[in-house]
Amino acid sequence: MNREATLTATQTTQAPGASLAWLRSRSRWSVFEIAFWLATLLTFYFFPSYLMLASQIAITALFAISVDLVLGYAGIITLGHAMFFGLGAYAAGLLSAKAGWGEPLTGLLFASALAGLVGFVASFLIVRVQHLALIMVTLGLGLLTYELANALSWLTGGTDGLRGIDTWPILGLFDFDLWGYTAYSYTLATLFLGFLISRRIVNSSFGLALRGVRENVRRMPAIGSAYRGHLRKIYTISAAIAGLSGALLAQTTNTVALEVLSFQRSADVVVMLILGGTGRLYGAILGAIIFLLVRDQLSGINPQYWYFGIGLLLMVVVLFMPRGILGGLARLAGRDQ
Amino acid sequence: MTKNADIVLRTEGLKKSFGSLQVTRDLDLALPAGARYALIGPNGAGKTTLINLITGEMRPDSGRILLEGQDVTRTGTAARVRRGLTRTFQINALFPDLTPLEAVTLAICEREGIAGQFWRSLTAHEQAISEGFEILRQLGLADVATKRTRHLAYGQQRLLEIALALATRPKVLLLDEPAAGVPKDESAMLFRVIEALPEHIAVLFIEHDMDIVFSFASRIIVLVAGAVLMEAEPAEVRDDPRVREVYLGSAHHG
Repeated sequence: MNREATLTATQTTQAPGASLAWLRSRSRWSVFEIAFWLATLLTFYFFPSYLMLASQIAITALFAISVDLVLGYAGIITLGHAMFFGLGAYAAGLLSAKAGWGEPLTGLLFASALAGLVGFVASFLIVRVQHLALIMVTLGLGLLTYELANALSWLTGGTDGLRGIDTWPILGLFDFDLWGYTAYSYTLATLFLGFLISRRIVNSSFGLALRGVRENVRRMPAIGSAYRGHLRKIYTISAAIAGLSGALLAQTTNTVALEVLSFQRSADVVVMLILGGTGRLYGAILGAIIFLLVRDQLSGINPQYWYFGIGLLLMVVVLFMPRGILGGLARLAGRDQ
Repeated sequence: MTKNADIVLRTEGLKKSFGSLQVTRDLDLALPAGARYALIGPNGAGKTTLINLITGEMRPDSGRILLEGQDVTRTGTAARVRRGLTRTFQINALFPDLTPLEAVTLAICEREGIAGQFWRSLTAHEQAISEGFEILRQLGLADVATKRTRHLAYGQQRLLEIALALATRPKVLLLDEPAAGVPKDESAMLFRVIEALPEHIAVLFIEHDMDIVFSFASRIIVLVAGAVLMEAEPAEVRDDPRVREVYLGSAHHG
């Protein structure tokens, strides 16, 4: 039978151009996005006394984005990502405290490259396991790194923390001030850069492949995908971005506490993603904002039990907005069909 | 008989056991280019196991699998797909949250080796996208190209299974019960698609519905207890008393 004749009956009015346009529209900058980034600048004028907190939020948001890339997009559940955050923090801190090199931008690059390298090595282990075993492996790696840093107290300062970091002015021009003007500008600019890179990644064919892995990893080989290579790649990139955020913390606070490697940090970032919504990048940013603002406000009221409030918030969100606050909002706005 | 050179897929002495249970016994198959072969047999005959062995999702205990004369017995599933050996699944194995356009484009990007490019926007790969759309259009899925897969009707999901397979540009296509579970009123399109598969593709399909088998297959392989009972033209299979006894007579058309 003639193939064309058989199938013409099913032809429709939708043109191939329309599908391309549809895909383009999904990666286009929306008004909300532009408004959001402009709003981050308002902090300078309206909340000048909160600039240090704002820069903590920017650092944490970048860390949360790095975790969203593996957890939200590729579906790799991780409870040990503080490992890369901490590596970045110690790398940038030690570069200044022990090697006497306090230039911030090269410090960022160094820390990010080191974390990425360790991430690359660890990725060979990560892609071999799934589900519960994956959680255990990431948890185990995180705990090992924590204890390693504790044991190497001659280098890291152990529980006393790493001191003696001196971060030079950015580009030799902008010195870090007490109020956090430079710190917030610096962390916000780095967050934005990290976000731009992540945004490009999730909108690429590679980002599509990651979503394929998340949606149905068993089907991937059947469409010819050597998906483990994809997973190794995104895990390495994610580790490098996590290292970048850790380095920012070391440079803006001039100290590194052992806490940067703690399980608490790994767990908190997952809580932030669940709050904000996974697999959306902005969910990571929103989660970090909410988490740190709630912590700041509640610990002002009661420094001991602030996590109670986070727990309560988490329960409410998970019950009523299982796809996070952004997921819930998108649903309300009907943009999630 | 077909000449050796025309055989695109061949298995030689394929064996597979689960414990003491032999599910594939010394299986020799030869699929020529452009074949329309059906694989039938009662439940538990080892049909799906055979497909899994051919695609590499399972490793045979012994025997060889040759794709265009090349031994692929130790080759991974993804690499076999890239060499033109593709399957569909009996139970939909799709990407629920991706749209059909995204899923098919992904398969094309993997085929072209550009799925790992994280520095270029997906929309820069215009050719892959328009090829993907064209496949969907031919299968009557253009209207739902940008709808999430989990919202598609069941029959449309079965078609998407085939679309994903076609996107890999197969030389050999293994269809594992392509019409399984499709209601009669949705099956017409599916049959048209199977009928209109590009001629050069060698197709081997497992099917329980004898109407489909007898209307599409040029040859039928009857599998019983992991071994080939007979391989012949449809009419010959239909009239064979042994086939009637083990398969047709007991389970289906009485």
